[in-house]
Amino acid sequence: MSVVALPLWGVAALLGTAIAAVAIGRRGSATQLVYGATLAISAVVLVIVTGELVGDPAGVSAVTLPLGLPWIGAQFRLDALSAFFLLVVNLGGAAASLYGLGYGHHEPAPGRVLPFFPAFLAGMNLVVLANDAFSFLLSWEFMSLASWALVMAHHREQDNTRAGYIYLVMASFGTLALLLAFGLLAGLGGTYTFDAMRAAEPSQFVAAAVLGLMLLGAGSKAGLVPLHVWLPLAHPAAPSHVSALMSGVMTKVAVYGFIRVIFDLLGEPAWWSGVVVLSLGGLTAVLGILYALLEKDLKRLLAYSTIENIGVIFASLGLALAFKANAMPSAAALALTAALFHVLNHSFFKSLLFFGAGAVLTATGERDMEKLGGLIHRMPLTSFVFLVGCVSISALPPFNGFVSEWLAFQAILQSPDLPQWGLKVMVPAVGGLLALSAALAAACFVKAFGITFLGRPRSAAVEHAHEVDRYSLAAMFALAALCLLAGILPGLVIDGLSPVTLSLIGNRMPVQLAQPWLSIVPIGESRSSYNGLLVFVFIAISASLAAFVIHRFASHALRRGPAWGCGFPDITPAAQYTAVSFAQPIRRVFGTFAFRARERVEMPPPGATAPARLDVEVHDVVWETFYQPITGAIGFATEKLNHLQFLTIRRYLTLVFLFLVTLLLVLALWP
Amino acid sequence: MALIFELAVQGAQMVLVLVLAPLLTGFVRKVKARLQRRQGPPLIQPYRDLLRLMRKEVVLADNASWLFRVIPYLIFAATWVAAALVPTFATGLKFSWTADLIAIVALLGSARFFLALAAMDVGTSFGGIGASREVMIASLAEPAMLLIVFSLALVAGATQLSTVAAFMASPDVGLRVSLGMSLIALVMVAIAENARIPVDNPATHLELTMVHEAMVLEYSGRHLAMIEFATFLKLLLYVSLISCVFIPWGLAIAGAGPQSLVVGAVAYAGKLAVCGILLAVFETAIAKMRVFRVPDFLGAALMLALLGTLLLFVSRSL
Repeated sequence: MSVVALPLWGVAALLGTAIAAVAIGRRGSATQLVYGATLAISAVVLVIVTGELVGDPAGVSAVTLPLGLPWIGAQFRLDALSAFFLLVVNLGGAAASLYGLGYGHHEPAPGRVLPFFPAFLAGMNLVVLANDAFSFLLSWEFMSLASWALVMAHHREQDNTRAGYIYLVMASFGTLALLLAFGLLAGLGGTYTFDAMRAAEPSQFVAAAVLGLMLLGAGSKAGLVPLHVWLPLAHPAAPSHVSALMSGVMTKVAVYGFIRVIFDLLGEPAWWSGVVVLSLGGLTAVLGILYALLEKDLKRLLAYSTIENIGVIFASLGLALAFKANAMPSAAALALTAALFHVLNHSFFKSLLFFGAGAVLTATGERDMEKLGGLIHRMPLTSFVFLVGCVSISALPPFNGFVSEWLAFQAILQSPDLPQWGLKVMVPAVGGLLALSAALAAACFVKAFGITFLGRPRSAAVEHAHEVDRYSLAAMFALAALCLLAGILPGLVIDGLSPVTLSLIGNRMPVQLAQPWLSIVPIGESRSSYNGLLVFVFIAISASLAAFVIHRFASHALRRGPAWGCGFPDITPAAQYTAVSFAQPIRRVFGTFAFRARERVEMPPPGATAPARLDVEVHDVVWETFYQPITGAIGFATEKLNHLQFLTIRRYLTLVFLFLVTLLLVLALWP
Repeated sequence: MALIFELAVQGAQMVLVLVLAPLLTGFVRKVKARLQRRQGPPLIQPYRDLLRLMRKEVVLADNASWLFRVIPYLIFAATWVAAALVPTFATGLKFSWTADLIAIVALLGSARFFLALAAMDVGTSFGGIGASREVMIASLAEPAMLLIVFSLALVAGATQLSTVAAFMASPDVGLRVSLGMSLIALVMVAIAENARIPVDNPATHLELTMVHEAMVLEYSGRHLAMIEFATFLKLLLYVSLISCVFIPWGLAIAGAGPQSLVVGAVAYAGKLAVCGILLAVFETAIAKMRVFRVPDFLGAALMLALLGTLLLFVSRSL
């Protein structure tokens, strides 16, 4: 039995769990059983895949099942790239299942979630394993539909049906683009296996069209601007552990699709493809985080931040493409490693943050940050792990987000040797955009943590909040520990990624574990290095030293009293800074340009008792420029075509006759 | 033996920044006072302030959380580690490869992240106003700083500060336009990061335009001492950074003997004095900006830094 059969058995077990969940869904113990089963299956697949990635990194195993298209069957394959993404999928799946063991009890209608959760996991596993276009597209659609069903789990809540509808439209559109891309790759001969596509040499025109279609298809699933509109609606609408999977893992499956086609199947890239991907990535990163900064719904803020991280990943992928096209393999390996490292990191901290948001939601029933605050006193453990997630995602050392950001910057510093002028101008600009998005991300997560967990409670719901159950906490603590571990031992991850870069680029980063003191270095001859472990140890030592000296020699006296606040008594918690007011300076600096944000203050005349009013007007520019014209055109067309419904039978016959004549004419004139 | 010597030099550097940091702030205050025809506090006043704060009791707001009490130590530690990694009198210190310039910038970012959180912990509007303005300033200053790092790294071939400093001290540097742009941008960023005039006023209280002081308003006693100390360290860090990159003369190069270390130390003291005087003169000569003019100021720094980087990218093939 080849190795690829093992994860496939896992998929079969997941599908079996999904069917069983339909049968037992109404029983009280169903939640425990289903999440327990998915946890066990994901953990087993995770162990197998990790073993494969470490033990036999260059190994490729393939299997053909007698399903799918009759003349090629359903082909599945496990290589380094799919092994890495299987690791991401199943790690996220295991964490979400563990979290679901506790969180699932708060689900009002478990029958709407339990069958689809294992199905969703199975779909994501299958996409990563598929080795022919038919299985890939089928699994992709299966994954989309399962996640759509999960988005619609709470369909009676306001806005959720709209979110589900937009998601469905965008997902169908994305699959259509993928279908066309695979059609182009298969060529006239129609060889739908990936092996045949890999062997074929597509013309330049076909390669360009495939790149564009993949950016539409995989980009819409991943959340590239301007195709991101469904993401901040759909991800938060699902139950929180599913939101974590959608944001942390499903977007990564989309990234996998992009890498598989562009880096693996398409052959040598053209240099300008790097420019396209790079600039889309930079734009996505900055716009995503600006949207997140203006958001006051905690889960939507996290969804927008996912868009930012996808932007960072795509920018690194664009760099890797540019280096690959210019035969700079060591730099390309560095950029690709940065992208994959960020894939892994983002799956850790975004799942963690969505779990935290779910914990807040169960404890208070609120997602609106303007009604939260002061939760650090009520939920100390949740707030601690949420803080770890915030620090990691803000790319601050010694946590993991910083390492992938650092690798991306190091890759940018390799790029002045690129020969094309388009790249020479674009790369530093995108470097600036990435730096900007990193700084804005820190601002965004100061806001997310500060408004939600710090300060005084802004509503009664917070005052009755309690710490969440042990399963949820265990899942969050496990992910927080992974964030720290990947941050202080990045060499392990980088070396683990080397088989992937070897198979896609033909080169790898230098062996990191051979470096003294477990430092990491970007490329062999460079003299730059970073050591997360030592930074962590130094901070720990100097903080303890400072605390020791202070407690040994300084005063111990401590008195509790009312807050000082410059002597202004603060009557109500409503006078605190809110999410909207916290973002006001940034909205003024960046929002006037990006969102046409306007503020209007209406002051009553002196002496009048009317309240002053502040109106803030923010436009979603992407929605208004790209989508409103389309929806408008469709609305217009349907209104016109609506007349066809009310014709007499004579007119219908005339129309049929005319149509037939036209058709015959076309046939007659066709050369 | 060599290892012990290297460790001793590294340790000396860590202690040196701790000892010198309050002195630099006191020196700047003294020069400023003399320029304004005041006597000014004695040079050692910052040390006295720190001791006084440590002896006082802490008055903690009723709803301050554990995070509020931990953060001063975190800020101090992150800033101290960052300051200890910038070459002061010698390059190539034992642990200088631990973190490069990008990591040093990010360490300062961590300190700021936690300070902004501490400001929001008690839930007063002053804390919120300080934190929101601080992150607005940082959102422009940090990318500008990173682009400056890019320029330096492209010129010197590495982001490692020791390598950059050694390259700058070598004769291959020459005069470069992009380095000039980086210098100006770096000075502007340093002014903003250290909350100096015209961006913020370190001496202000009870003023609606304050940023840094608004964030630490709820702190007192030993906690405030830690934060003040971190502020002193940050000023020293930026002055050391500017002097080791742009006026590297006298810096003891890695592996040099004790004699050049002494030369390096003397040169370092001289550089600190010159930079301190320049800062005091600048601060005396200029007026504080409105807070929404700061983005223009920092936007100029960002553009300069970007232009410098762009110039390096484009001129590589010429």
